[in-house]
Amino acid sequence: MISDVINHKIFTLLKVQYSNMLEYRVEIALWAISGIIPFFMLNIWTNNNLNESINISDILLSRYFLCAFFVRQFSVVWVVFSFEEDSLMGKVSPYLIQPLNPFFRYFAQHLAEQITRFPFALIIAFFFFIFNPESIWVPNIGILFLSIISTFLSFLIQFLIQSIVACLCFWTEKASSIERLLFIPTLFLSGLLAPVVSFPDYVKSWIYLTPFPYLIDFPANLLSGNEINVSRGLSMQILWILLLFPVFKQIWSAGTKKYTAMGS
Amino acid sequence: MNPRKYFKVYTKFLHTSLASELEYKTNILIDFITAILSLIGSIFLLSIFFQNTGSIGGWNFEQALIIQGIYTILNGITNTWFNPNLTEIVKHIREGTLDFVLLKPIDSQFFISFKKITPSGILEIILGICLLSYCIRINQINFNLSFLSLCLITIFCSICILYSLWFFISTTTIWFVKTWNATEVLRSFLYIGRFPLNSFSFSLRIFFSVFIPIAFITTIPSEVFLGLSQYWKILLEVMVSIVFLITSRKFWLFALRYYSSASS
Repeated sequence: MISDVINHKIFTLLKVQYSNMLEYRVEIALWAISGIIPFFMLNIWTNNNLNESINISDILLSRYFLCAFFVRQFSVVWVVFSFEEDSLMGKVSPYLIQPLNPFFRYFAQHLAEQITRFPFALIIAFFFFIFNPESIWVPNIGILFLSIISTFLSFLIQFLIQSIVACLCFWTEKASSIERLLFIPTLFLSGLLAPVVSFPDYVKSWIYLTPFPYLIDFPANLLSGNEINVSRGLSMQILWILLLFPVFKQIWSAGTKKYTAMGS
Repeated sequence: MNPRKYFKVYTKFLHTSLASELEYKTNILIDFITAILSLIGSIFLLSIFFQNTGSIGGWNFEQALIIQGIYTILNGITNTWFNPNLTEIVKHIREGTLDFVLLKPIDSQFFISFKKITPSGILEIILGICLLSYCIRINQINFNLSFLSLCLITIFCSICILYSLWFFISTTTIWFVKTWNATEVLRSFLYIGRFPLNSFSFSLRIFFSVFIPIAFITTIPSEVFLGLSQYWKILLEVMVSIVFLITSRKFWLFALRYYSSASS
């Protein structure tokens, strides 16, 4: 009975948000295009033979960056920006009255956006293979399944971090600057611009303890078929989620108590 | 066209936007930290590229730092002036407030381009200048008046080209209404400006000199710093920037003819 209600809620939310997202196809296509930085990075790596020093062949590296592109496409999170706008505009109050945590709404929004984004990402990958026909490969089902899971976990980690930041809106009104600050280490340390293997040793010694390499580097390596410790990566991802979730619950309950609706 | 009137209006713009930005003081502080981290991150990335090779596309590390410095200055200018103002065009058109802008007895392009200012970008400009002066020392560039004037001319031209690109993209909103993300696409392409153009493959180099003239934006000013640039290149850059400025102006006036205010 209860599970029925939950199922129904999730299904309705997803359906509403998906039709909402389909309205903005062009915008999502543009989002997809704006994620092509990994390909430019690949161009620098292979064009200057920088990959020889880290023992990754051209083909493996191009697969890595293609996978990094894909992982990034399906783990982009912008909940803090939506929440900030909603809370500045006073839209959070009606959401709070509903018997549903508003973050479910944002969560459904992100999932719906990913479904809409999927065909555009495929088109970009298709063009990538036209220019790099030698890097075509088919990952086996097991690997594909595991990498989808790890991409989703990476999305969850980022969603939780951003939700925690978003909850700071209850105190400061403008939390997106904190998100921009957190984006910098995410950009440089997650493996989007350079695979983590290529990092100097003094960084590699501590980076695997932070959540960053598990956001893009780990799922991308998994999907592209590079050698990687699967069980350690997955368990680190789950560990981070287990760490972040209670923090989010705490800050959410503290924040809603602090919240004063617009005009009061 | 009365320059004194425009100057007076601009000081008022400065006053109001600074006052509203300073409402969020912690925001500015966090943005400062973000700017510093972002510079550290880019130098870190550059050091990864150079850890096993002496030169990329014919540029060694010390020379590539100059490009980084110029990019940082230009990025600071983008964040201070272009980004806050030109993303506003989308809002003006969606909410129909462009009507109010057009009715004002002042040039609409001036109003739209200079209304706001984000003070945190100024730190990035300062950081860029510091990096550049450090580069001048380590590259043993002798500093004289003709060198300085050439540098200022090329950087000024880069700013003009950058402005025109941003303005051009934002103007297309008049037809498409929701091109919020078009500026994101431009941003991700401009990211390439951090690296010497010669480090990319031939086809990308052509693309980035003809369609999106990143070559003119960062590479030519850096060559001027190193004293490598021929005079025809500088002349070409001046010409390109004039063409860009005139075209963006013409395009704006052309686009306004298609503007059919909100709800009509």
